Amino acid sequence: MSAEPTPIDFRSAAARDLQFVERTPGAVKPDPILVADSVTRHFGGIAAVDVAHLEVQRNAITALIGPNGAGKTTLFNLITGFDRPSSGRWTFEGRSLAGVAAARVARSGMVRTFQLTKALNRMTVIENMRLGATRQPGENMFAALVPPLWQPREREITAQAEELLARFKLLDKRDDFAGSLSGGQRKLLEMARALMSKPTMIMLDEPMAGVNPALTQSLLGHIQALRDDGTTVLFVEHDMHMVRHISDWVVVMAEGAIVAEGPPDSVMKDPAVIDAYLGAHHDTDLGDDSLLEDEPTASITGKDAP
Amino acid sequence: MDWTRILTNVLGEMLAPTTAAYALAAVGLNIHFGLTGLLNMGQAGFMLLGAYGFAIATIAGWPIWGAVLVAIAASALFALLLGIPTLKLRGDYLAIVTIAAAEIVRLIGRSTALTSLTGASSGLRGDSYKTTFQNLSPFPTGTTTIGPFSYSNNFSNSWWIRLVGWAIVLIACLFVYLLIRSPWGRVLKGIREDEEAVRSLGKNVFAYKMQSLVLGGVIGAVAGIVYVMPRAVQPDSMGRPMTFFVWTILLLGGAATVFGPVLGSIVFWAGLMLIKSVMRDGVSDSFISSGQIEQLGWVIVGVTLMLLVIFRPQGVLGDKKELAINVR
Repeated sequence: MSAEPTPIDFRSAAARDLQFVERTPGAVKPDPILVADSVTRHFGGIAAVDVAHLEVQRNAITALIGPNGAGKTTLFNLITGFDRPSSGRWTFEGRSLAGVAAARVARSGMVRTFQLTKALNRMTVIENMRLGATRQPGENMFAALVPPLWQPREREITAQAEELLARFKLLDKRDDFAGSLSGGQRKLLEMARALMSKPTMIMLDEPMAGVNPALTQSLLGHIQALRDDGTTVLFVEHDMHMVRHISDWVVVMAEGAIVAEGPPDSVMKDPAVIDAYLGAHHDTDLGDDSLLEDEPTASITGKDAP
Repeated sequence: MDWTRILTNVLGEMLAPTTAAYALAAVGLNIHFGLTGLLNMGQAGFMLLGAYGFAIATIAGWPIWGAVLVAIAASALFALLLGIPTLKLRGDYLAIVTIAAAEIVRLIGRSTALTSLTGASSGLRGDSYKTTFQNLSPFPTGTTTIGPFSYSNNFSNSWWIRLVGWAIVLIACLFVYLLIRSPWGRVLKGIREDEEAVRSLGKNVFAYKMQSLVLGGVIGAVAGIVYVMPRAVQPDSMGRPMTFFVWTILLLGGAATVFGPVLGSIVFWAGLMLIKSVMRDGVSDSFISSGQIEQLGWVIVGVTLMLLVIFRPQGVLGDKKELAINVR
């Protein structure tokens, strides 16, 4: 991050920086936060992931898209330490993270969410949030027995949690059990909880899956707000239309490999992408665009189909 | 029917050292299951190890605090040995491993190869390890009668073990009360709900599960010491049924609560005593023999507990709301 005292406009900065990046798979970025090399993961004889080179630009929203079974979530699991690669190496902020345990990956500033929301159902919303915080001395068993040791930090954490809950419009659910929230609210809670540790990079696995259309717009707004605050966002999605609205850069995967990269407008026109989506699954519905503001429906399914 | 005698029996059972020992064992299991979601099916193994550790060390001439430390160390080591290979796996594996490990402890304890140390299947006589504990008692030798209860001050099934046993139960409850409200307890509850989510928030799940297993196991070992104080160390009386009684007590009182295990133990043993006393008095010998009453008592307790788990699954003290949420 720059040391300038004035706030940086990360949105236009990302657009400016990515403007001249080559539109080829594995393109080199001006300021990559995450760099992965020859990452593979085999399940039996099948290569679920086979990524030769990938760079993710700092302070930008990068979307990782691809048809079902393209290996997006598997790649996510590998990078965040939830799965072990068959081979490969990657660095996050210059430090190697290959083979590092998931908890340590999270502590190094890369926090993820899950495709199937993992709200902790039998805990209240505020307890969920507090759990996301770092540097709480009371999480040590012996310190836990002496409340004065951890109560000051607990108050800080609670204030931070309430601020985030207010931002995500969950403050009135503060003392409800997380299990009583709707699916979309749980997605919001999971995202808010991930932000408690103030991560430098947040990895969202299908943030829109199962979210009702009314909440979609506000979720998109939250993701953009994260980037505008200087957090790097990498998210998995297979609804291409949603991707176009918010991402600065799009990486397309198919059958485990990266087949295309580029800004959202141009990548959709890439023959390799059309092939990946429409060639194999030409009858697949790529998502409903009509509920989102912005341009009218489906340039892909309509005009671009061969 | 002599109701005074029956009620005296029931009241006596409520305060018995055995009830305290089971309450304590359930407090330990509550840390495993109620807080962390670990399915420890071998709590009796921890108790037996605690009993052996204490008794063998005392017989070898160790002072009482040394013997207690031996019991604690043995159970902590046992927890580490169990946890290292299994805590990385899914929950049910721990259940299988712990039930097997508890059986291994019992079978090794009763094997003739160790007769000199453990007394094999006949166990260790109470007199051989009770003296250090009894010598600590501030009471004069003799028998005290309070109300309908008359026990020896210091020997075996005494007022002294009642006092110490229940004091330890209270301390353990205070301990759990502090932990359950702390950030440490919060991490454990998170692990109970979804350990992947907790891992994604940067917590070392394995270390927390290990701490929980060791802590609950150590409390179990102390419960084992309290349990054998009024009797003998008898490996076969501390087998699988004991584990299941501890589980029943925990679920009856309410998992993840502070006083649930204590209330569960009191209700369980008092209820059993009530059923057996009523049957002994009220049903003629020609209909059911006294041996059958013993068995039938367990049957009735079993049925009652089934009904309780079906109609009040959160236990007596559990939070209905916390349990009612449909967890997918």
